[in-house]
Amino acid sequence: MNAVAAQITRQQWIERFAGLGFAAPAFILLVLTNLAPLAALASLSFTNYELGALNFSFVGLKNFSTALHDPVIRRSVTNTLLYVAIVVPGGVLISLFVAILIHQRKRTRSLYEVIYFLPVTSTLIAMATMWQFLLHPTLGLINQTLKGLGFAGTAFLSEPRLAIPTLAAIGIWQLVGFNMVLFLAGLSAIPRDLYEAVDIDGASHPIDRFLKVTWPMLGPTTMFVTVTTFITAFKIFDTVAVMTRGGPGGASEVLLYAIYLEGFQYFHMSYAATLTLVFLAFTLVFSVLQTFILDRRVHY
Amino acid sequence: MRRLVSLALVHAVLIGGAVFMLLPFVFMLTSAIKPPGEIFEATFRLWPRQFYGWQNFESALSTAPLLRFLLNGLIVCGGILVVQLLVAIPCAYALAKLRFPGRPILFSLVLLGLCIPVQAPSLPLYIAFAELGILNTYLSMMMPFFLSVFAIFLFRQFFKSYPDEIIQAARLDGVGEFEIVWRIVVPSAWPAIAAFSIFSVVAHWNDLYWPLIVVSDTKLATPPLGMMYFADSELGSNYGALAAGATIITAPLVIAFLIARRHFIAGITMTGIK
Repeated sequence: MNAVAAQITRQQWIERFAGLGFAAPAFILLVLTNLAPLAALASLSFTNYELGALNFSFVGLKNFSTALHDPVIRRSVTNTLLYVAIVVPGGVLISLFVAILIHQRKRTRSLYEVIYFLPVTSTLIAMATMWQFLLHPTLGLINQTLKGLGFAGTAFLSEPRLAIPTLAAIGIWQLVGFNMVLFLAGLSAIPRDLYEAVDIDGASHPIDRFLKVTWPMLGPTTMFVTVTTFITAFKIFDTVAVMTRGGPGGASEVLLYAIYLEGFQYFHMSYAATLTLVFLAFTLVFSVLQTFILDRRVHY
Repeated sequence: MRRLVSLALVHAVLIGGAVFMLLPFVFMLTSAIKPPGEIFEATFRLWPRQFYGWQNFESALSTAPLLRFLLNGLIVCGGILVVQLLVAIPCAYALAKLRFPGRPILFSLVLLGLCIPVQAPSLPLYIAFAELGILNTYLSMMMPFFLSVFAIFLFRQFFKSYPDEIIQAARLDGVGEFEIVWRIVVPSAWPAIAAFSIFSVVAHWNDLYWPLIVVSDTKLATPPLGMMYFADSELGSNYGALAAGATIITAPLVIAFLIARRHFIAGITMTGIK
């Protein structure tokens, strides 16, 4: 009896020791690369620190009120939200539509899968450069085709009203394959007899089948895809940095690009910290949702 | 007959979409082998009248250290992945299978970490790296990503379903915890490790934000940053060479995807996060 008890205690000691040892490197890195920087970020936003400054002081909420009245920041937030408002419904619905069409294919399925997925693995910066050529107002293939069809040429990236929608189209182009794969997995998980059941009920029209079976059964997948798409869209940076740099005339300034400029080009560290907090506030609800869904979703 | 029409319609829609998806790839590959005069011709042709591929690739490779960019990408992605796995696997095992003080708090912190976008801590990290004088080093490019809370989270879920009896039996045989992790549990978690590895490499190979911030030395540029320098340089107006450069930058991951298609897709399905 004593020997068993002693063994349990010994095992408990081993588990404590090993557990702490195994978790320690991760914990230290978590503090160094995540928690401490976040605390520093929050404190910075109440100061007037600039990179290289020898002293700085506490300024309270001044940075926040500056941000609130900064036309660049207001524009950046509006533009980011406009971008999100196009990319989220577009990126979710188009990929759902494509997934449903591809799911029913047998011989051609993997071919389409590869084609639609290709943009996900390709380096966006390289592809953005190619899009820039394709969209060139006079020489670009797209405008030449439009002209050939009798339409007027369009300056997609240099027309202020079109800059964000054009970037959004490229954003959707990059996202569709990724979301499609998630939807395809969701579609495969729908039991066939559900469709047979609605067929018996006389609802054999594809739209009936979609509304009665596919859409409700895909609910959790759609929710997850929507949330991740929102987070990805909100982080738009690459295409702006390469293709428009916020132009023309600030028409494509977005939040992450504004943070990049303030923090790492102008070195207004405290102001950039404030903007990062604004950025965090916008994404937080969705990040929490994503984590919550992930916690229920990942299972084997 | 109606079936046939609807089938044709479905393929028409899918092919239309496929053309849009492939457009920049086709344009890139064809421009890379065209002489400057042919790239922006009004009628698009797949094959040039005059094959100019050698000249384009040659001038791309001689003006920008493209192969160096690829090597940098390999070093940075490889370094990040190795440390991520070495740190996350034991921690995930501890969270899944060991009872130790602070475990619930640590797991809450992991969940909290999942909610924080990578761009959030970048400002303080940059200041710290600048103070330490380690900007423009491989370490500064990799360090912020050494800890992947997502890896811990994913592996923990995977390890939780590993049978306790096997671990107990190994313990009774006198196998230490360290060996249990690396020689017994890890081999069974191969699908999760493969999925995470693909996720990690794709994310960091294509990341522009952080390298753009910490690197100003062209020699250290990762593929996307190198591509940006390249497009900004005077060669940016040599469209054929630029397309050739873009081909070289894009090729490794796309080829890897075409070879290991199933693993990529399984990986995305399992991780489902960017």
